Amino acid sequence: MDLKLDHHSEDNLTIVDVEGEIDVYTAPRLRELLIDLVNKGNFHLLVNMEKVDFLDSTGLGVLVGGLKRVRAHDGSLELVCTQERILKIFRITGLTKVFGIYASVEEAKEAHGRDK
Amino acid sequence: MATVELTFSALPAHVRTARLVATAIARRTGVAEAILDEVRLAVGEACSRAVEAHRLHCPGEPVRIELRDDAGRFEVTVTDAAPSEDVTPQVLEASGSLMPEIDNLGIAVIAGLADDVEVLPGPKGMRIRMSWPASSNGVAAL
Repeated sequence: MDLKLDHHSEDNLTIVDVEGEIDVYTAPRLRELLIDLVNKGNFHLLVNMEKVDFLDSTGLGVLVGGLKRVRAHDGSLELVCTQERILKIFRITGLTKVFGIYASVEEAKEAHGRDK
Repeated sequence: MATVELTFSALPAHVRTARLVATAIARRTGVAEAILDEVRLAVGEACSRAVEAHRLHCPGEPVRIELRDDAGRFEVTVTDAAPSEDVTPQVLEASGSLMPEIDNLGIAVIAGLADDVEVLPGPKGMRIRMSWPASSNGVAAL
């Protein structure tokens, strides 16, 4: 499966919906989107990974790169993910301590609202 | 010992094909369904690393992958032809600069996934061998 990307804004939060496989072939498209969003002033990003079938270290690198970019603007990049197969790679690499990971968009929005 | 060999041009698009082939053969070899995702991810990581190394050093050379059914183990060996002393998995920022904080992340992921891993760097390329348990009769072990 290829990678499908979509995004929309709710209040001060930009939600990026990702569907498909994030690997060495498709990750550049996600990277470009994140960079574009930051360049346009979207500094609070929530990446919804509930429909991601596959994620490798290239994809992790893109997410870390995105996090660095938003943090440079006092922003945030958090994730929605409940799939064990995806969460496992975050655990192996220790990135569960770096990203806020939520079980749903609603849960992340509530946390974001509390932090504002 | 049954072996399948696959060579592919060092293009990112082919890494998915390699993952799919490896997963199909792992299933046929008798690797448990519960760890097929680990096989898919580990093989993808090894192939991604090899493709990136070839793109930097020898883009015309193919990447080779061997998939072997060996005495109750499913063994995968990914071999590249790029000098490996200075090669690490790399993601480029839009500016073209490297993100050093994720160097070696791919190999770290493989080490976390594969049951048995051997990374052999060398001046003529790197070989990553990894294996998982498989049932000897080709039926997935439970």
